[in-house]
Amino acid sequence: MTTHTLPLRTTRKRALALSAAALAAALTLSACGGARTAEGTAGTASASGGASCVDTSGDSIKIGFLNSLSGTMAISEQTVRDSLDLAAEEINAAGGVLGKQLQIVAEDGASEPTVFAEKAEKLISSDCVAAVFGGWTSSSRKAMLPVFESKNSLLFYPVQYEGLEASPNIFYTGATTNQQIIPGMDYLAEQGKKKVFLVGSDYVFPRTANKIINAYAEANDIEIVGEEYAPLGHTDFATIVNKLKSSGADAVFNTLNGDSNVAFFKEYKNVGMTADTVPVVSVSIAEEEVGGIGVDNVVGQLTAWNYYQTVESPENETFVAAFKEKYGENRPTSDPMEAAYTSLYLWKGMVEKAGSFDVAAIQEAADGVSFDAPEGTVTVNGDNHHIAKTAYIGEIGPDGLIYSIWESDGPIEPDPFLEGYDWAEGLS
Amino acid sequence: MDALFSQLFAGLSLGSVLLLAALGLALTFGQMGVINMAHGEFIMAGAYTAFVLQAFIPDAGVSLLVALPVGFVVGGLLGLLLEVTLISRMYRRPLDTLLVTFGVALVLQQLARDVFGAPNVDVRAPAWLSGAVPFLGMNLPKTRLFILGLAIACVVVLSLVLKLTSLGRRIRATVQNRDLAETSGVSTRATDRLTFFVGSGIAGIAGVALTLLGSIGPTLGTNYIVDAFLVVVVGGIGQLKGAVIAAFSLGLLQATFEYSTTASLAKVLLFVVIVAFLQVRPQGLVSVRTRSLA
Repeated sequence: MTTHTLPLRTTRKRALALSAAALAAALTLSACGGARTAEGTAGTASASGGASCVDTSGDSIKIGFLNSLSGTMAISEQTVRDSLDLAAEEINAAGGVLGKQLQIVAEDGASEPTVFAEKAEKLISSDCVAAVFGGWTSSSRKAMLPVFESKNSLLFYPVQYEGLEASPNIFYTGATTNQQIIPGMDYLAEQGKKKVFLVGSDYVFPRTANKIINAYAEANDIEIVGEEYAPLGHTDFATIVNKLKSSGADAVFNTLNGDSNVAFFKEYKNVGMTADTVPVVSVSIAEEEVGGIGVDNVVGQLTAWNYYQTVESPENETFVAAFKEKYGENRPTSDPMEAAYTSLYLWKGMVEKAGSFDVAAIQEAADGVSFDAPEGTVTVNGDNHHIAKTAYIGEIGPDGLIYSIWESDGPIEPDPFLEGYDWAEGLS
Repeated sequence: MDALFSQLFAGLSLGSVLLLAALGLALTFGQMGVINMAHGEFIMAGAYTAFVLQAFIPDAGVSLLVALPVGFVVGGLLGLLLEVTLISRMYRRPLDTLLVTFGVALVLQQLARDVFGAPNVDVRAPAWLSGAVPFLGMNLPKTRLFILGLAIACVVVLSLVLKLTSLGRRIRATVQNRDLAETSGVSTRATDRLTFFVGSGIAGIAGVALTLLGSIGPTLGTNYIVDAFLVVVVGGIGQLKGAVIAAFSLGLLQATFEYSTTASLAKVLLFVVIVAFLQVRPQGLVSVRTRSLA
């Protein structure tokens, strides 16, 4: 056994060294999430150039699914993978695409943008897939974009994001800002809210969204009475909620991400605010998150999305039933899952319209391809590769599901650069 | 004026959270010198204990009160297991301990993910803790008052144990001079184990309390581990008093900075202050003064 023979004089020195070492380690631990350098993307422009190696001769066609199954994003991206698998299974059971069965090559993006870029490169160049489906964070998409452009392949990206992007090689099946943020503000304006408080996590999406909201507010006679950002993983919202309370706000627009929502809503409830007096519109809380925050803490609060499990349509009934049968009764369906499911069908529609798996032919055929998705009919815009979709403002019910209380007049045309809004001039 | 008092309370409350998270560490790291990176995961274990108990005890209030002692035992047993199997083999090898306990932290996180699922879970707050107490025109959230009270109670009990009981005397003796303690008949080995049990147990209590404030997920512990080490280092190694003062000072500073700037900038300013402070007083706020024997 070990014996302990620390002479006292060295104990204190050691203790100091120890504390320094512990502190350094603790700090490294907290920083290592974001500190990796961006290697790997630059060197990947390969000799194969744009020549596609996709094999269309057999009776099957390869496609790639690239989602994080490990790391911090795994919680969310696993659900997207599940619904992609479901869509592929359904398409195969119905005879495949152009008579070919889909053969899935699955990869793990590991919540690291550089891994996403590497795996995308692998899927395109060595697996020779016809298209890739996946990505969640904007940083993963931005890391993959140059790969898809230089290899001239296709990525289908299923998550709402901050807009201001349009690549010929990416199809964006989640909402851009004018299909989620602006309808959310439209709703608040319609309700006669005049003083809005902005709270968000400190990274690109909330800051971009809030820039847009500020411009919107100025044009629509709404006062922004506060704008607060919390570092990702922030756990104590006493101060921010104090500021919110003393600001006199009559509504909150919430772009917080992940765990921070829990701490924020618990604090909000603790100081006695309620959805009746100061409603919170959230854009990152979907059905799965409600359980983790605690239904009691968010019941009656609002969300802005383009799909809820409760959307009433025959397509959605089929989708929800199929999903629950495959993955279990207690699994909810949510907006990004639905957008991923839809993306596979949209690709199928484009391929069938083009009569080919060729990238150029698909880009040519994309405009106007539509699909009766669970969220309602969606249509691809050939110019910016986004899709027209209906916006829904939802209210969180006591059962943890979200119920639509307001919807846009039909599908909203995607406008990632907000060119159709006078007040948005100068934002992009 | 209102805002000032509200912020004062926010700072005290934040301080009490920091104190709860750091108190166990003040014992295991501060007194024993073990860098235990898995301390945060003991907090997480305490939080999940509250979650599991709630499934068995329908009344949220009763289950919270039961969870406090059970969380203590769960955290303590995990700590004891870690001490007996791994840490005891590497006293005097602090860097190895650091790496090993970091590994243990990752294993525990994954274990929680496999057992409870990756998404966060929810622990219902009891009805008697919802809402706020009006005080001088402010509304003080009951959950925060509860945590403040709990933190103070933990400090009082712990310092009484250290001061009055024979266990406490043995712990202090071992910390101050291990050789002399051993020659006087104190089983330092058993003392180490008990100290580690108590320190880790307090982490479990912290975990139960934190379910009232934030999210309960596999990475709960990593959110607090940095702050916990900060408190112990600033407070000074070897003294509970230092950790108490440091926790409340850091809480108040953070709340003040956050109110006058932003949450992100407040964190930066806080680190700047701490770095500057450690330049002036590397031994922390309170340091043990003993006569060297060697």
